[in-house]
Amino acid sequence: MVLKIFFPQCCNRADSGLLVGRWISSQDSAVVLAVIHYPFIPGHVKQYIQQVSAEQTSVSAQVCIRDTFSPRLCLSCIVMTFESQKEQEEEEEEKVIFVHYEQRKVMLSQLHPIENGVPDPITAPLSELRQMFQTVANSQPLFFLDRYDDGPLKSTHWQTEGREASIIVELLKQACIPLCMLIGWLLSIWTWICNIRIFSLYPLRFLSSKLSTCVQLSYRTEYMRLLSSPKPAAGHTQFMRKANIVVSFLVDVALGMLLIWWLYRDNHITMLANTLVPAADHVAKELDELLQWLMGAPAGLKMNRALDQVLGRFFLYHIHLWISYIHLMSPFIEGILWYGGLSACLGLTFALSLLSDMVALLTFHIYCFYVYGARLYCLKIYGLSSLWRLFRGKKWNVLRQRVDSCSYDMDQLFIGTLLFTVLLFLLPTTALYYLVFTLLRLLVVLFQGVLHLSVDFINSFPLFAMSLRITRPYRLAEGVKFRVLCEEPGTALHLLMEINPLKCSAVVQTYRTPTYSCYPKDSWAALVKKLFVGELIYPWRHKTTKTD
Amino acid sequence: MEDEAFTDINGKSISLDCQSHSSLCSEFIVSVPKVSIGKVMVYTCCVWLLAYAVFFFTENTAVLSSAIFITLVGMMLHIHFVKVDHESLLVIGSLGIQVSSSYASGRETTTFIEMSKIKDIVINEAIYMHQIIYYLCVLLKEPSDPNAVSSVVPLFQSSKPRLNCLVKVYKSCQEIISKC
Repeated sequence: MVLKIFFPQCCNRADSGLLVGRWISSQDSAVVLAVIHYPFIPGHVKQYIQQVSAEQTSVSAQVCIRDTFSPRLCLSCIVMTFESQKEQEEEEEEKVIFVHYEQRKVMLSQLHPIENGVPDPITAPLSELRQMFQTVANSQPLFFLDRYDDGPLKSTHWQTEGREASIIVELLKQACIPLCMLIGWLLSIWTWICNIRIFSLYPLRFLSSKLSTCVQLSYRTEYMRLLSSPKPAAGHTQFMRKANIVVSFLVDVALGMLLIWWLYRDNHITMLANTLVPAADHVAKELDELLQWLMGAPAGLKMNRALDQVLGRFFLYHIHLWISYIHLMSPFIEGILWYGGLSACLGLTFALSLLSDMVALLTFHIYCFYVYGARLYCLKIYGLSSLWRLFRGKKWNVLRQRVDSCSYDMDQLFIGTLLFTVLLFLLPTTALYYLVFTLLRLLVVLFQGVLHLSVDFINSFPLFAMSLRITRPYRLAEGVKFRVLCEEPGTALHLLMEINPLKCSAVVQTYRTPTYSCYPKDSWAALVKKLFVGELIYPWRHKTTKTD
Repeated sequence: MEDEAFTDINGKSISLDCQSHSSLCSEFIVSVPKVSIGKVMVYTCCVWLLAYAVFFFTENTAVLSSAIFITLVGMMLHIHFVKVDHESLLVIGSLGIQVSSSYASGRETTTFIEMSKIKDIVINEAIYMHQIIYYLCVLLKEPSDPNAVSSVVPLFQSSKPRLNCLVKVYKSCQEIISKC
């Protein structure tokens, strides 16, 4: 029967006294929390321990005073006399393992994977390490007595030299409540504005669900609502979530301010506005030339003249309309850029979403072209496949969802074959237009995708958790590491227990803030198939925000 | 401390160091031979000759500096992430098993598996292409069903010792685990 004693390193050089701790009977281990020194009055000790254990909610403690140490005790807390280590070791030498742990680090650390809620002790018993960590973490009231207190008891633990506190943390705690109230008040005003009737009309609602700026605004509002509740965080996960949101919001605003500082000096805005209209003109000219090339003999292919001319003229007219629209807007562009740049004071994510929306609006004509080309191509492909079946004497059975043979009439076959040949010979023209505009559309989608990915990264990356992992690695523990301390034969085994910090990738995975992230709806194979058939692709799908 | 001539599955010599700290605890360290200076020099010379050949044709000095940079970065990444110096197994009766591998740059990765999760330590056979290799592994218990094996954690994956070395480690481990 092996007995494990978890002994704090701070008590190694303490004077003799009573050991206070917790006995975990299921694992045959004892976690020593503090040493109470001689001289003491047993009544006082009992009173003190009852007072301390009354405040703890999860660890129950019953007091038992014994002169000799026996491993067969089945009480949940023991107090044993401890004259010297050597004496005890002579009793049962090979069956005791001393594990030295650093009390402060174990108390502050959180073992991963985090188990929320109270697990059922019968079906899923807590592991030994978890019980040990929980014991130390829940024994905070035991560590309040330091050596400058004039009470009847003198004890040794990690806070004996004086209670540890941080001014910044205390100041933040005091500043929390008025800040929460301010955020709550601002949010109520904003919610009132959003709920004005005029904004619930259908077109505005649809538009606001499509524009990424509005989506980002609603996402931010939701998380601000989470922050504005004055109750303290319940549990480690909630606390980390709140801290991550605050830190990423602050970093976002700081980056936005940096962008504003760069944008508004040296007339950058005027320069940008002056390059925007010529750039749009240049794009329109390039598209013009592209269409002229398609209308001629592109890459040596011979197009169907009539269809070519119709499609080419149709798209040329669209471009002409778009260019006149841009020229109409050109005097206002500088003003729009100036006021739009101010949105970056809310955060860099807003500036990026605004940019993405502006790109979407400016390239709306490319989107239209893509839709026209895709619809035409899709119709053609469906027509061709159906008429090909007719050509072979088969039919699509909708009821059975399969291809069946069918006997057609003579005139049906005649018309069908005629239409089939017509569509087949018109295929290269439509296919070429479709290919060109799909590529252009994919380019725009790629650029927007990069912007959305960076917005998502700023939103969801757990900066607080990562900086905690880098500066205080013992706070987030994946497990423990043991090191053998001394190897004299005949004495008990001494091990040093250190905290094994969580890997950085695991930190990101555990503490990632859930967002409305855009992720590809289809796999690559499905995407290529859709492109081939001519179905319209919406490559990014917005996930609805999950609330815990 | 024992040090016999063991080899890994590819024939390279490795060394096993068994330390028994007490009847409840023992440690096994398998060390792999270090990076040989000859190999490093051969690789470096090849890369630089290639870079010089490319420079000779393109007359662009960026090729040379990028070759140097790539060699240095590649070596640093190799010794930090790839090259394992030694792997160790620490068995502590009734507490658990600690598996750690230490890389050539000094980085150590450690995993500790508690005794309550361990079902057994066994030597498994695996068929890898034309060979049958033996490896030592830890079987983990399923929390809901104590008789089922939830996962298998292989040990000594980088050093891959042969059966004679594994049998030695296995016997000592079983002595400790069966006691508690």
